[in-house]
Amino acid sequence: MFEILGIPSQALFGQLLIGLINGSFYALLSLGLAVIFGMLNIINFSHGAQYMMGGFAAYILLQKTGIGYWPALIVAPILVGITGMIIERTLLQWLYKLDHLYGLLLTFGLALVIEGVARNFYGSAGLPYALPESLRGGQNLGFMFLPNYRAWVIVASLTVCISTWFVIERTRLGAYLRAATENPALVGAFGINVPRMITLTYGFGVGLAAFAGVMAAPIYNVSPQMGSELIIVVFAVVVIGGMGSILGAIVTGFGLGVIEGLTKVFFPEASNTVIFVIMVIVLLVRPAGLFGRRT
Amino acid sequence: MERPLSTHTATTAAKQNRSEIIAFVIMVAALVAAPFFVYPLFLMQGLCFALFACAFNLLIGYVGLLSFGHALYFGWASYLAAHAAKVWGFTPELAILTGTLTAAICGLIAGAIAIRRQGIYFAMITLALSQMMYFIALRMKFTGGEDGIQNVPRGKLFGVIDLADNMTMYVVVAVIFLAGFLFIHRIINSPFGEVLKAIRENEPRATSLGYKTDRYKLLAFVLSATLAGLAGATKAIVLQIASLTDVYWTMSGEVVLMTLLGGLGTLFGPIVGAVAIIAMQTRLNAFEQWVSVIQGVIFVACVLLFRRGIVGELARALKIKL
Repeated sequence: MFEILGIPSQALFGQLLIGLINGSFYALLSLGLAVIFGMLNIINFSHGAQYMMGGFAAYILLQKTGIGYWPALIVAPILVGITGMIIERTLLQWLYKLDHLYGLLLTFGLALVIEGVARNFYGSAGLPYALPESLRGGQNLGFMFLPNYRAWVIVASLTVCISTWFVIERTRLGAYLRAATENPALVGAFGINVPRMITLTYGFGVGLAAFAGVMAAPIYNVSPQMGSELIIVVFAVVVIGGMGSILGAIVTGFGLGVIEGLTKVFFPEASNTVIFVIMVIVLLVRPAGLFGRRT
Repeated sequence: MERPLSTHTATTAAKQNRSEIIAFVIMVAALVAAPFFVYPLFLMQGLCFALFACAFNLLIGYVGLLSFGHALYFGWASYLAAHAAKVWGFTPELAILTGTLTAAICGLIAGAIAIRRQGIYFAMITLALSQMMYFIALRMKFTGGEDGIQNVPRGKLFGVIDLADNMTMYVVVAVIFLAGFLFIHRIINSPFGEVLKAIRENEPRATSLGYKTDRYKLLAFVLSATLAGLAGATKAIVLQIASLTDVYWTMSGEVVLMTLLGGLGTLFGPIVGAVAIIAMQTRLNAFEQWVSVIQGVIFVACVLLFRRGIVGELARALKIKL
């Protein structure tokens, strides 16, 4: 063990790791928000609640049907994504021609409903979700102890983020998507079913949130309010990064997670507020956001 | 077919004014009669939230800015008023003034930051700023953390009139509410208010006409925050408590709901909405855990089915302005 700036390396790297984990959740969630906003012109306030639904889906699958972590990592996002598509078809689709604010208000109401229902059935206390057998234990790297599960979360979310970037920026499907974001009427004229694409996009964005929720379940407990404070931080992340760029959202998410982790080591009183403070500084210096385009 | 346009608009304006005046008279009559029928503490709480919602409506309804962080001004004004009354021994009117000034300063700083972005980003920034101030309230010693500031003395108004009696307190709250309401009415109908509405309708156009829209938006923001603070400070004296719930994001959501339900951009809507929501919360005390679900459903229903809100729909049905 050695020390850096008077801080034991174990504590420093431990917080750095937690920072990276939080950062991967910020990245996954802000990525989903950006993708949804691009297609639907709606800021999905229920994103945090849908992240929580992912965690609960994994928990319920394990309790009721015995389906474990690995299948849940696929099944839960799909299930939550389907509920998202139903919401898009029944509620959101009527809002596209209205002011953006109505989308925010409606999804805020949805978040209240989802959280309220979860609290009624499962109470406010956190429910534990066991680590998957295969990812218990960890590696001793000499300067720190690296739990296997945490390493997995970082690798998995990075992989998902980069795949999403690749699909949107480098494939034909992504090209349709980007085109439909710019000019839905023209893309529709080329014979592409834009409404269906919008539904699938919302389902995908919500699925990403649920995926993050499943991964979070073994680290934090599953609880109804796990998403509501997180989503406010993610809003700040989105303001800092700007929603114009996929890669920007990923970099900003991970970066802010790390900064938050380091703040916990050097100035713990400010760890809750550091991201908001950074948001203020960015707004003063570069109002459009780090990766944003001037609107 | 020439029509005397000016007289025509003049008569419509007079007609609109008349409906507003009638509604105002009914409201004042209700304020006078209500304490004889309804529990005064409930009424005072309703009036504080009605003023809060009116202050919020000044921004969303007349400038088109959705602030999702108005709990910041309500809550911090509440804390400072409670602290001033309890620890510094201020008289109630000075305590309320302290709280209101706090909200004005917070509004000036937060507003200057938030108006740098438009639309949806504005909402997210105001929400993030209020969450930051929530964490600061949680950390600071004087707020009492989870306990809040309890047993705030109501004291003697101007050092003379004892406010311990609920009826006396009610009169003071009703006067504060009416003053705030008339002030907002004045703002909306002033030349300044006309510019605000122009910004709401078409900001680039207002800019091209030579208005420095950012300054107008900032001033509207500060006014709205100050009045929200007046409501919060009064609430702290009335209910004798300031707590974390007043600064939390759920409070910001509640004031949005009240205004949306009553009618965005209507003069009387926020009052109707606030009273309806407070009444619902009091009635459903036994089903407390379902309150947030019901509020969520009201949000969804308002956005999908009646975006004009209760008063807005009523005004449209009667073809009057309220």
